[in-house]
Amino acid sequence: MIELKNVHKSFGRNEVLKGVSASICKGEVVCIIGPSGSGKSTILRCINGLERYESGEISIDGVIVDSEKKSIGMIRTQVSMVFQKFNLFPHRTALENVVEGPIYVKKESKDSAFERGRALLVSVGLGDKEDAYPPQLSGGQQQRVAIARALAMQPKAILFDEPTSALDPELVGDVLSVMRKLAQSGMTMVVVTHEMGFAREVADRVMFIDEGVIVEEGPAANILNHPKHPRTKDFLRRVLHPI
Amino acid sequence: MIQFFKDAVEFVPILLQGAQLTVLVTTGSLIFSTVLGMIWALMRVSKIHALVWFSTTMINLLRGIPIIVLLFYIYFVMPDFGLSLSALHAAIIGLGIAYSAYQAENFRAGIEAIDKGQVEAAMAMGMNKSMTMRRVILPQAVRIILPPYGNTMIMMLKDSSQASTITVAELALQGKLIAASNFKNATVFTLVALMYLIMCIPLIILVRHLEKRNAAK
Repeated sequence: MIELKNVHKSFGRNEVLKGVSASICKGEVVCIIGPSGSGKSTILRCINGLERYESGEISIDGVIVDSEKKSIGMIRTQVSMVFQKFNLFPHRTALENVVEGPIYVKKESKDSAFERGRALLVSVGLGDKEDAYPPQLSGGQQQRVAIARALAMQPKAILFDEPTSALDPELVGDVLSVMRKLAQSGMTMVVVTHEMGFAREVADRVMFIDEGVIVEEGPAANILNHPKHPRTKDFLRRVLHPI
Repeated sequence: MIQFFKDAVEFVPILLQGAQLTVLVTTGSLIFSTVLGMIWALMRVSKIHALVWFSTTMINLLRGIPIIVLLFYIYFVMPDFGLSLSALHAAIIGLGIAYSAYQAENFRAGIEAIDKGQVEAAMAMGMNKSMTMRRVILPQAVRIILPPYGNTMIMMLKDSSQASTITVAELALQGKLIAASNFKNATVFTLVALMYLIMCIPLIILVRHLEKRNAAK
């Protein structure tokens, strides 16, 4: 469903993606792990056209992702994104954030959008917060609203860019459990994360990225328990046993 | 003191006529400068090279020309090129153009203060540029823009007195005419100053209210 073929991307002279190829199937949950600056987030941002890539090809269900083309709007309604810093609209309530895309981008009727929006907030455990403004919510609650907002677009896939990295440790669990439920419901998910426990339990596949290339990939248990490549081993040792 | 009040009763009605024009010039040029300033600001943040260059040049040009010269240009020079405006129109357009540069910089600062993540979130849900501007950036930027906008209103109210230089009989010019006819300079200009102050007070209160509201957020 999501295809990357030999994708290259540079910021100025700094080449961050040096030929990334990957294929993500419908219903699959893929976790991307790797050291900071390795290009993990850049891959996500190229998939929905927030960043341009110089060469190679990314396609979603056969439609090529090109942020200069009109089709990018359609692609973005099909591939939602959840950000590290939530990026909720602070001037709109939780519910208004959720229905913004359906009503103004997809031109859905207000009644059905609000009805679905309320149900989504309930499903992420925030049924009582629909009138709250983002600054009144905790980080964990904001991120769950952001997930509801992503789901409201009825996307084919959701990209998660370090969704729990900005959260206080005690709030991480709520967000991860929402994501686990989502994975079990069959949503296609690409998750950039440092939560190895989540990757081990939920991911179908784990990709380890370092210095702009996919160093190693495979079933979560294989990569996390029996990494083959020395760089993967080194990274996992540092993440799992930091002291 | 009693003489002051006697004179005041005589002068105030004439001065009020001037004050009406002052309000008219201020309101007109406020609207004009807001619209024009927003156009400059949107051009500057458009990332389209030619538009950025054009608006930057215009803003710097306007900032570098004194308002009074701009007024002379519009009122005395433009007729040579076949564009004759009434003094009132010339004043509104001149002040409006002059202030559009300051408005533009204020608007741009407000727009650029919005977190980049907001734009990315809007784009990621499929919004195009203009919808992102309308639904996400501007509603948030307004809160940042409003307090300095209030200050600009106060400055425009006072600078509307420069319209007197091109024969608009607003408050300052009315005062000058009265004073020239009876030499009661102290009385007349005290009254003029008081009337400007009275017109400013609601604006000052408005600015303070806006700043408080922002601080509370």
